[in-house]
Amino acid sequence: MNHLLSIDHLDREGIERIVAQAARFAEVSDREIKKVPALRGRMVLNLFYESSTRTRSSFELAAKRLSADVVNFAASGSSVEKGESLKDTVLTLSAHKPDAIVLRTPWAGASELVCKWCSAAIVNAGDGKREHPTQALLDVYTLKGRIGELDGCSIWIVGDVAHSRVARSNIVAFQRMGANVTVAGPPTLIPRGIEALGCDVRYTLDELPSADVVYALRMQNERMNEMWVPSIREYAATYQVNGRRLSPRQVLMHPGPVNRGVELSGEVVDSPQAVITAQVEAGVVVRMAVLYELLSGAGAPPSARTRPASVESTERQPA
Amino acid sequence: MAAEPLVHGPQRPADALLRDVHALDPRAALDARHDVRVRDGRIAELAPPGTLALDPDEELVEGRGHHLMPAFFDPHVHMRTPGQEHKEDLETGTRAAAAGGFAAVLAMPNTDPVLDSAPLLRSLREEAAREARVAIGFLPAITRGLAGEQLTEMAELRQEGAVGFTDDGRPVTSAGMLRKALQYQRLCGGVVALHEEDPTLSRGGAIHEGAVSAALGIGGIPTISESTMVARDAELAGYEDARVHFQHLSCAASVDAVAAAKQRGWRVSTEVSPHHLILTEEEVRGMDTRMKMNPPLATESDRQALIDGLRSGAIDCVATDHAPHAREEKEVPFEQAPMGTTGLETAFAALYTGLVLPGVLELALLVERMTAGAELFELTAHRIAPDEPANLVLVDLDAEWIAGERGWESRSENCCFAGRKLRGRVLLTLSNGAVVYRERAFSVVSV
Repeated sequence: MNHLLSIDHLDREGIERIVAQAARFAEVSDREIKKVPALRGRMVLNLFYESSTRTRSSFELAAKRLSADVVNFAASGSSVEKGESLKDTVLTLSAHKPDAIVLRTPWAGASELVCKWCSAAIVNAGDGKREHPTQALLDVYTLKGRIGELDGCSIWIVGDVAHSRVARSNIVAFQRMGANVTVAGPPTLIPRGIEALGCDVRYTLDELPSADVVYALRMQNERMNEMWVPSIREYAATYQVNGRRLSPRQVLMHPGPVNRGVELSGEVVDSPQAVITAQVEAGVVVRMAVLYELLSGAGAPPSARTRPASVESTERQPA
Repeated sequence: MAAEPLVHGPQRPADALLRDVHALDPRAALDARHDVRVRDGRIAELAPPGTLALDPDEELVEGRGHHLMPAFFDPHVHMRTPGQEHKEDLETGTRAAAAGGFAAVLAMPNTDPVLDSAPLLRSLREEAAREARVAIGFLPAITRGLAGEQLTEMAELRQEGAVGFTDDGRPVTSAGMLRKALQYQRLCGGVVALHEEDPTLSRGGAIHEGAVSAALGIGGIPTISESTMVARDAELAGYEDARVHFQHLSCAASVDAVAAAKQRGWRVSTEVSPHHLILTEEEVRGMDTRMKMNPPLATESDRQALIDGLRSGAIDCVATDHAPHAREEKEVPFEQAPMGTTGLETAFAALYTGLVLPGVLELALLVERMTAGAELFELTAHRIAPDEPANLVLVDLDAEWIAGERGWESRSENCCFAGRKLRGRVLLTLSNGAVVYRERAFSVVSV
């Protein structure tokens, strides 16, 4: 693997490899000293054209735990505001020779473009409404930790599928791991043609009890202003995952940040069924695994292929 | 008296003997090898191959059985002049047309400033009379500034040489506004050409709405955005008995709407682009910005319906919608890129390779559809017949080439067919009696 642009580029084996590596790194996170020297001397550049707290900080933390140097570049307050194109920004920053660029943009396919312009390994950390592959990986990791293998498991993704890059990556990743995926939400927010990705479509939560896992998506207030739904009140009445709709055997997931009282009721967020904080925790170790695979794995560029001297601590199986 | 509708730059009338060419002109029922003599820019003589003797002041073109056709007519190009000359100008744009075998083109008014007044049309035509390599006509705007709120001075524009009117790039959203333009057509004439799109349906969209837009998370444009407007405006045309031309049809539902309108005797015509006839939304999966155009590439069944429409005559002609954009404008993430592909230099070869070679379309029918635009806009069709001005294209149907391998005549390179292996290469183009293009490797024996 040279880049992580789309979850579609990973087969089941690839996903399992990263998840297994993340499990090894999880053991490191529990130590007093949370750092391994695996990527010492490597540089990871966080290039963010959209505001992001959890994704950016977890990539930063992941890189630092692997002893890589991290440079954060946010588009606001930079030359981007002076009209510099994505291409020129990437060419400029490439002059610093980053080994990996973690890219978040509001534009689908931006990471594919950036690949053409520089030699660094590119990690897509969200491109418009298209994909968020590391989110899908950390969700698979979290879910495996909770319920084991996903084969035959029924996963419902509920809410604003149309505007969700998380939904798109997770539909693919969950199915690749053997799960059956159903998307459910208002007909205005379920894109026409989504079933071509292999998922089922529902416009009500009537059959939600059949799900093993309920994955709720964030409902953004601005969607109401754009008239996608008549009101947030009606949305919540029809699609909110709450104590009445969630049965005790179901696992609840959410990519964050949660709108309590909109897509999820407060009680289910705080219930033991929710693995939302486990997802956040998984974010760091899964991103460590991704950076590790890209920068020291078999697919790394020749310059980065020399295996770091001290990885034995990372290769021990978790307890 | 109104000005001539088409203008071209200074030209030297050709005197040439095209020896042993396969002359193919469906309008003249011509499909056989001939010698063709061009005298002072006009077709002087057609004779059996090898029978005409070379006059001393003539240029000899060895046809070697290559196909000589009436030069193509493109009713839909963007020359970006005035205001966006970094994309294209009249010289580079008409050079691209000549290289594609087009002897005449009609330019759209979505320039900066918008072509919406007689003085601007006059100055543009003066510029064309200095620079245009092939004949060019202009379609000024239906509404001022393309804003859809106020008619342009259509009668004065017609006096100044407007071929017709269009707000291309934008729909005339208000039915009431369009109706007024169609009523006014009774006074001044001129075909009203329409870019059909309902902005309340297309807003936020960049590609065809369907499996690909769902997978990519890119906003989709539903086909009903086009087809409902085609149906609405066909009915307006019927009601006002107006002459309306629908631009760049892209989907099955629009073809159905046009066919139904024709059935009822309404005076509508339509065009289709090579890219909508050859490519589908699947091409967009790689998010190559050259595949981003408006209307967007649709599904395979839409493509088949467009091909069927072209064969049945529901669709009257081919138009490239040649839409040049500078490299830096297209070298951005897909959603940020402007819509449009160039098309003049690849149109014939793309359609010959994609439709004629596989046996989907007869070559003669393709030639008919690539030249039919002229009569739709009340201009004289190019013909291979004695006394006709020489508007001719000589094509080597066996030549294989990679689109873009030798660069482009156009100032822009955003061609959706770039890199594809195509068959059929334009060797020579004559526009209005003058040689306007010669393929570089093609040897002309001069005596």
